[in-house]
Amino acid sequence: MDIFSNTVALSRMQFALTATFHMLWPVLTTGMSIYLVIVEGLWIKTRRPEYYYHARFWSKLFLLNFGIGVASGLPMEFQFGTNWAPFSEAVGDFFGSILGFEASMAFMLEAGFLGIMLFGWGRVSPLIHYLATVMVAFGANLSTFWILVANSWLQTPAGGEMVNGKFIVSDYFQAILNPFMVKSVAHMFLATLETSLFVIGGISAWYILKQRHQAFFTQSLKIVLATAIAVTPLQIYVGHLSAEQVAQYQPTKLAAMESKWESSPAGQPADWSLLAIPDEANERNKWEITIPNGLGYILEFRKNLTVPVLGLKAWVKTDRPKMVGLIYYCFRIMSGIGFFLAGVMLWSVLQWLLGNLSPEKIESQKWFLRTWILAAPLGYIAVESGWIVRCVGRQPWTLYGQIRTADAASHLPASNVLTSLTFFAVVYSVLLVTTLYFASKIIGKGPNLELPLPGLDGQFVLNTAPAESIPDQRPVEAQQ
Amino acid sequence: MDALLRFLPQVWFIILGLFLFLYVMLDGFDLGVGILSLTSSDEERRSILMTSLGNIWDANETWLVVMAGALFGAFPLAYGTILTALYMPIFIMIFGLIFRAVAFEFREHSTHKFFWNYAFGAGSFIAALGQGFALGSVIEGISVDAAGHFTGSTWDWLDWRSTLVAITLIQGYVLIGSTYLILKTEGELQQTHFRTAKIAAITTFIGAVLITIVTPIFYEAARTRLFSAPLVYVFVAIPILGLLLIGLLLTSLDRQEERTPFVWTILIFLLSFIGLGLIVFPYVIPNQITIYQAAASPSALVFMLTFVGVLIPIMLFYNIYNYIVFRGKVVTSID
Ligand code: HDD
Ligand code: HEM
Ligand code: HEM
Repeated sequence: MDIFSNTVALSRMQFALTATFHMLWPVLTTGMSIYLVIVEGLWIKTRRPEYYYHARFWSKLFLLNFGIGVASGLPMEFQFGTNWAPFSEAVGDFFGSILGFEASMAFMLEAGFLGIMLFGWGRVSPLIHYLATVMVAFGANLSTFWILVANSWLQTPAGGEMVNGKFIVSDYFQAILNPFMVKSVAHMFLATLETSLFVIGGISAWYILKQRHQAFFTQSLKIVLATAIAVTPLQIYVGHLSAEQVAQYQPTKLAAMESKWESSPAGQPADWSLLAIPDEANERNKWEITIPNGLGYILEFRKNLTVPVLGLKAWVKTDRPKMVGLIYYCFRIMSGIGFFLAGVMLWSVLQWLLGNLSPEKIESQKWFLRTWILAAPLGYIAVESGWIVRCVGRQPWTLYGQIRTADAASHLPASNVLTSLTFFAVVYSVLLVTTLYFASKIIGKGPNLELPLPGLDGQFVLNTAPAESIPDQRPVEAQQ
Repeated sequence: MDALLRFLPQVWFIILGLFLFLYVMLDGFDLGVGILSLTSSDEERRSILMTSLGNIWDANETWLVVMAGALFGAFPLAYGTILTALYMPIFIMIFGLIFRAVAFEFREHSTHKFFWNYAFGAGSFIAALGQGFALGSVIEGISVDAAGHFTGSTWDWLDWRSTLVAITLIQGYVLIGSTYLILKTEGELQQTHFRTAKIAAITTFIGAVLITIVTPIFYEAARTRLFSAPLVYVFVAIPILGLLLIGLLLTSLDRQEERTPFVWTILIFLLSFIGLGLIVFPYVIPNQITIYQAAASPSALVFMLTFVGVLIPIMLFYNIYNYIVFRGKVVTSID
């Protein structure tokens, strides 16, 4: 087959596979780290044991995801060199520096304090422990920040220009503050938070439905509700802003997101397509449901467009993305999930206000709980779809408008890439299944509400006794 | 300006050397402990070995990520060329590290601990092997064209010289791993590692001697550098110091001291690194591409220095704090 001897295609598949897989884990750890900061803060403030048990229980899932996140992050870091060497050479000045910042600021911070956060209970005072938890959360979100700075710059390269095939930076801060940066970081930050909240909420709902520790999990469900009230609508708004910036800076991507073949001039209304079957060979949609005059309302909140919206046909085939259908549907899946989750939120808040979520009544809200369980995986689907829109929609460019993907790939024998790609496919499939198995085991086991509490009141001092006389904490922890 | 053009790449050469040294030392003992676990006979012991690393392996591995990021930013050409040339050993290392990482996570929750303990050992061994071959073939030299792009073929990295380096590196990891375990364990387990440390010290030493002999014989460039003043004095001093340190290490093992073997081993590693650095300097791709040719623009080097350079002491600080919190012996395993 042709594709098996095409190094560029294989390298792209490998990057897509490894990035998609990697994304599954940090998205939960980053969002959950904030949740852990909240519950541990509540514990320190109120000293109520439940909050401590929340911190302990959820951090088990956190740790599992963290490990796979680190394992799958490693190949990401090296692939730019192994598979995208010409690209790395051309953009190293900026892109490489940013990856260096991510590693030394964010990963190191996270890794440095993670040990204390997970195994340090009782070895350090509660305040120091809390500091470690905060640092882990800060590190995780800092890493989201830097990686999105890097990726946004690929979308809207700023702060310099290409000279002899190398990107020469004239202003580093302008490059960091590239046009896409702020909104993309915000959208991703909210995405990690939203996904994690719905995972925590879904698992809590499952326990309540199964009538295990209802009071305990009603508590976490309510913390989730209180946070998600703000997050879900905000995400729709920030998502809308993301679409606006795409319309402004990446017209090829917008056309693909809308599967729009013909251009619409300014000063007139244009239809918006709700569902379609794109037909790339004939440059049209085979079948389509449209909302008349919808596009102007969606992009500009008015009927008539003030700027023209170009259709895909405005570019030659080699200058616009392929796989239009994929981009089109991923965009719709993501936005659909965004609205659905906001709807779930609205309904939940109503139930809460009606008093239906009190510990006595909540068990009988079967459909409410089932909806939350159903919503748990949706965040992941939205996140992966969003990245597909973003990265596949940017094609054929790796550095938008500057470096083509075909020129970015290393000159390697295709057999090398095929070998590593095959290994990734096999190993990652096994890892995915195993991780889900162990996660379900952790959930099946449930929280241990009998753990001894560390550092009871007044013990806010670092234990300075010599190491030999500090009993090892692990056996106790393991029984949790 | 001209001075700056030379100075900045030199600074980054040293910083990268520091990152690589920290990685090899810190994750070196993790990998060493992993390899050692393959030889241990019962589950209880293997569990203790893994427990001794539970809270630190991730921070240690992160030095590798930091090093890769810094190499990418400071010497983009070298990052691309070296990683493309070493495609196979790099992915061997990556898959090894993946197995090791997931072994830590899954073992906790598994009822078949045996399997994950084994994955931990095998992953560590595979990762060390990949690193050894990568190191070996970088020292040996990578074939590149005038622009510094890789021109060799898939299997260039595999020959008896890189195999020698790989075996020696594994011995070195076992050495530092066993001296770490002398610190962390007690009783019979500790006794075992006094013995393994001694064997590993001797095999590492033999490997190092062979590499030292082989390198000048096969590489003319290395030869001319080695035998020209004033470096020649340094290269006479390094083996002498090395012999001295090996002697100190062996005596401290004989006396059953707990802390000193680890310290001597670190110093031996440091000494080899300085030696290696002096042979390689001023090249990033030995004898082909100098740090000046491969460096990013001066502005990029300053940009990185202001953010990463400032962070180095801070990173070291909280890494050290981590070790202070978890000092002391590991008595029982997690289960
Ligand atoms: C900092 C940069 C960066 C980041 C954070 C991501 N990507 Fe990306 N992505 C790239 C940088 C990149 C790239 C290096 O620019 C690629 C490789 C070749 C290319 O043209 O774009 C790419 C390609 C690429 C492709 C293949 C597109 C194609 O070849 O048609 C997919 C499906 C994804 N990515 C998906 C993701 C996912 C799920 C991510 C979430 C973790 C992700 N990307 C994060
Ligand atoms: C293609 C680009 C990416 C690269 C090169 C990359 C690289 C890495 C690496 C090397 C690690 C392991 C760090 C360690 O050893 O501690 C890692 C983990 C991590 N990555 Fe990525 N990553 C990418 C995409 C992303 C994205 C898009 C996010 C944002 C959500 C992200 C967030 C994280 C976080 C928070 C961790 C810490 C481990 C964890 O929490 O699971 N990464 N990544
Ligand atoms: C109605 C709601 C939403 C709209 C209109 C929307 C819009 C967009 C657009 C236009 C992009 C592409 C940006 C680009 O290519 O540069 C994008 C990317 C993305 N979306 Fe959404 N989105 C919505 C909801 C969501 C939800 C609910 C999630 C996840 C929980 C999510 C996660 C992502 C991610 C992870 C990306 C890629 C990274 C980024 O651009 O920050 N989105 N979104």
